[in-house]
Order: sequence, then structure tokens, then C-alpha cells
Amino acid sequence: MSEKTEPKTESPVGIVTPKDFHSDARLKLDCGRSLRDLNIRYETYGTLNPDAGNAILVEHALTGDAHLAGRHDENDRKPGWWDEMVGPGRPFDTEKYFIICSNVLGGCSGTTGPGSIDPDTGEPYRMNFPVITIQDMVRAQKLLIDHLGIRKLLSVVGGSMGGMLATQWAISYPEMVSSVIAIATAIHIPAQAIAFNWVGREAIMADPTWDGGNYSEQPQKGLAIARMLGHITYLSEESMRHKFGRKLQSSEDYSFDFSTDFRVESYLNHQGNCFVERFDANSYLYITRAIDYFDVSDQADGDNFKVFDNVHCPFLVVSFSSDWLFPEYHGRDMARTLIENGNDVTFCNIRSDYGHDAFLLEAETLSRLMTGFLNNIYMEE
Amino acid sequence: MRNTIHVNDHRLISRSDLAVIADMIPHGAKILDLGCGSGRLLKALKMLKGAKIMGVELDQGKIIECVRRGVPVIQSNLDGALPEFTDNSYDYVILSRTLQAVMHPDLLLAEMLRIGNKGIISLMNFAHFDARLQMMGGNMPVTRSLPVKWYETANIHPGTLSDFRLLCRDKNIRIVREIPLAQPGDTLRFLAPLWPNLFASNCIFVVSK
Repeated sequence: MSEKTEPKTESPVGIVTPKDFHSDARLKLDCGRSLRDLNIRYETYGTLNPDAGNAILVEHALTGDAHLAGRHDENDRKPGWWDEMVGPGRPFDTEKYFIICSNVLGGCSGTTGPGSIDPDTGEPYRMNFPVITIQDMVRAQKLLIDHLGIRKLLSVVGGSMGGMLATQWAISYPEMVSSVIAIATAIHIPAQAIAFNWVGREAIMADPTWDGGNYSEQPQKGLAIARMLGHITYLSEESMRHKFGRKLQSSEDYSFDFSTDFRVESYLNHQGNCFVERFDANSYLYITRAIDYFDVSDQADGDNFKVFDNVHCPFLVVSFSSDWLFPEYHGRDMARTLIENGNDVTFCNIRSDYGHDAFLLEAETLSRLMTGFLNNIYMEE
Repeated sequence: MRNTIHVNDHRLISRSDLAVIADMIPHGAKILDLGCGSGRLLKALKMLKGAKIMGVELDQGKIIECVRRGVPVIQSNLDGALPEFTDNSYDYVILSRTLQAVMHPDLLLAEMLRIGNKGIISLMNFAHFDARLQMMGGNMPVTRSLPVKWYETANIHPGTLSDFRLLCRDKNIRIVREIPLAQPGDTLRFLAPLWPNLFASNCIFVVSK
């Protein structure tokens, strides 16, 4: 997902402090290996009811983190990544719900990932970190949810990779999930998305600074290229046309060299450079790989329907009209599978020019859908 | 005690044709409403009949209303096929004042009976007495039940009750029940049951394959 510009309103969440949960459990992974001494970074908002029945787990996307809303410090320039959805009267209403967001396994924002110390060697894992899957990420989060004393989540919500995690939660622990909101996502990652992930990883690994993953300083060029490429897939032709057109960055005329003439070039450069400051190249490799491997039917010998056998909860599935990374038919396909499975499903393809990033930008429509959906789940539980 | 809703006797349903539809749905039935609008009928069927409900609607604003009501809904255009729904997967499929507003009413009717065992269709009657009177004057009707001018109406296929019967005959669709309805203010409304195509301003048909 993209860097966002200035927040529209001041965050009602205020100052939040990230927490760490350290697990002694040994986590068995899909690849056959296991991880121990896991740390999970998370943030919470609102208050958990005595019956622990008001918890909502929000899942972040590829490059997100546990910092969903509010600020860590009053001088922080920007609030959390989905700040406008959290607070009194908002979809994740802090007066009603207890909201949890945690950094995924393999990440680089506090949860155990390739940059963490391997307890067996005392050195960072780097490329010795096992290849993980979306299911593994959910297994790790389950440790956190158990630790918090929550037996059933009112909802698991996420966009893009977050939507995969939310759906996987319902598949892995159906008895623990009362509803799912899956936004701009898919239950089988399409070839095109795999292709973009591949090129992004190739760019990172082709950067000599990457050094087989053993860099002491980030492979800036490679990671920035991966980010720029990814960023293009999060926008749309319409949004680029409206935002940049053929506008030049500063000069009156073309420079007749290969520096950044166009505003769109300068924007991508900026996105790439900012990203290198906050994200780890090896984490990018591991998380994109986990996304590539996501196909729910793998968990039931290729049977799309069998995998949802035990999943009976309501789903809200949302796509965006201009999203070409996960086009409408992915949401529709997911809705169709769930309808046939007998679930209560709502599917809405929100009209938007923002492309894949619309899940962060179409706050108003999304907010009304999520508020209504969560409210009904809350009343029924 | 019969579990029924009587016309206008519940605040959940204010339109008389919807109350009649609700009245004929058996308890616990599986219902799909094509063109469900903001989900009022489905919500009523869920609350009063314990129905397992699902709606289809195109308009984003109405979908938000459905979600607010707790009515599951799929955004879809009724001018095309509905591959989201498998054959014979619903007890009843409802088309309430929708059939005349789609591009291909005949195809939608077929789609409806592919998905549902029975179809319930609420239809406006363009051959109603009041409408005919206006047509005699040379203009498309604007009446109590057809309140919108020809260039504003969503009903792009203005058909009559008789036309609908012919369509069903041509497509081998069985009309199981026919409930002519008239509303207060319609001319000679007491004659609606006797001569529906002339005196019923709308009508509910129950159809099956």
C-alpha cells in the first residue's frame, strides 16, 4: 500500500504505545521448519469487554505494520495507516470494540522476521529465515489472540494481503471468527500479481548491496525499484492521469537527459526513497513470497469449496472498480464460492478511480459498509 | 396461529404488494430478491418468517442501506446472467417491480427459474383502466401506480398483465398463482379480482418451470 498524504482529520485515538508479546511456543511452519522465541508486535485500541466478545483483529497489507491508528509520539507527522477508520463513531468504534492490529510474521516492524536474531546462532536470520506462508502468519497471530484471552473474534478485517489473512483466519480457526471483511483481495493469487512480485524481488536481489541477503546497509536501489513497481500496480491509469497527467516536475521544458522530468517520475522516486527508510529488503522478499503461495484450494487438494466446509460466518467482500491488481472478478469469485457454501455474503464493487490503493482512500463508502456490517455482527453475537 | 403478515398491518412493510409477497412465503424458506433495493422486504422476511435471505442490487447507495439493515446482498447487474447463484439453490426468487426495468425480461425470467424453484413477480399493469384512459388521450400514462413520466421511468418495457401471461406461455413457464392488486384511488378497484388486466394496477404472479 502507498504512503499517504496528510491526514484529513485529527486522530481521536491519541497516543498509542506498541506492545510486544513474546511466545515460548515452537511454531511449526508449512515449509516443514519451525520457529521459536517469536516476538509479536501489536497495538490495541478501545477496551476488551469482560466476556472478551468485542475484539476485532485488523490485518495490514504487504508493507503495513501494527500501527493502525493514533500516534506514537505527539510529534509524529502522520498517524497510523488506517487512522480514519478508528475512533468513536467510526467503523472500528473504540467505544464499542477492542481493536487489535499486529505486525505479521516475516515483517520488519517489531514481529519476528528475517532481520531478527536466530536464537540458534545468535546472528540475524537473514536468508536463513524459513519461507513462510499466509497460514503461518495466521498461526503466529493465533498465539497472540490466545494470549489476550480472546476465544472468538467479532471480525477479522483486512485489505489486500490483509484480506488474505482475514480469510485464512476463518479457514484455519472457524470457531474463533464471527465474521470476515475482505477488501481488494483474492483467494487465489493471480499470475499477474505473482509476476510483479517476481520482478520486485529480482530488482532487490540484482542490487549488489543485497549480497545474498547479508547486507549491512539496505540495497536501496533494488528495494526502491521494487517499491516503485509495486506502487504502479496500486494506482490506476485514471488516478495517474488525474494526479500527474504529463505535468513536468520543475523545469519549463524537457531536460533532454534521463533525470526526473515528469511529475510521475519524481513521485515514484519519492515513494521508493521513503520506502527504503522504513522497510527491510529481506522482509519484502519473504512477504511477497507468502502472498504468491496463497491459494486457499491448496488446503483442500485443489477443492475450492471443501476448504470452506467449516466456515459458516458472514463475509463482507469488497473490490474496487479500477483495481487491476485484484480486479473485481476476484471478489466476485470469492463471493460466489461463499454463497455456494451457504454463507451470508455481501459483495460490493465500489466505484473508484484510485486502483488497488482505494482500500485506503475510499474511506467514506468503505466506512459506511464496514460500520453497518460490524454493527449487525455485534448485535447478533 | 398462522404466521402471516396482513396487508399494511406491520410497519416493516408499507407497500401492499410486498405485504402480499411476505404473506405467501413459508417459514424458514430460502429467498433471493433480485433488485432488492434497500432490503426492506428481505429484512421483514428474515424477522417475520425466519427466512434465509439474499439480495441482488446494482445501486451502491442501496447496498450500503442493505448492509446497515443486516441484509446480505450481491452487487450485480440484472441485465446479465447471475453466475454467483447455482441451479435450484433457492426456494423462491423474487422480482418485485423489477422485471419491466431490465434489458431482457425474458432472459431474466429464465435465470430466475434456473436459480429458484418458484418465482414471485410483482408487475405494474400498463393496461390498467386509468392508464388506458390516458393512452386514449394520446399520452403514456402517469397514474398513482405509475407516477413517473415516460422519459424518467425505470420501466423500459411497459407490459401488461396479459402480455406477461403470453410471455409465460411462449417460454413454457407455469403461472401457479395470480393475485391482482388495486390500491386506494384506482378506478373501480373492487373489480380487480374479476378483470385484472383492466382493473388491477399491479399483480403478483407465482411462477414455476
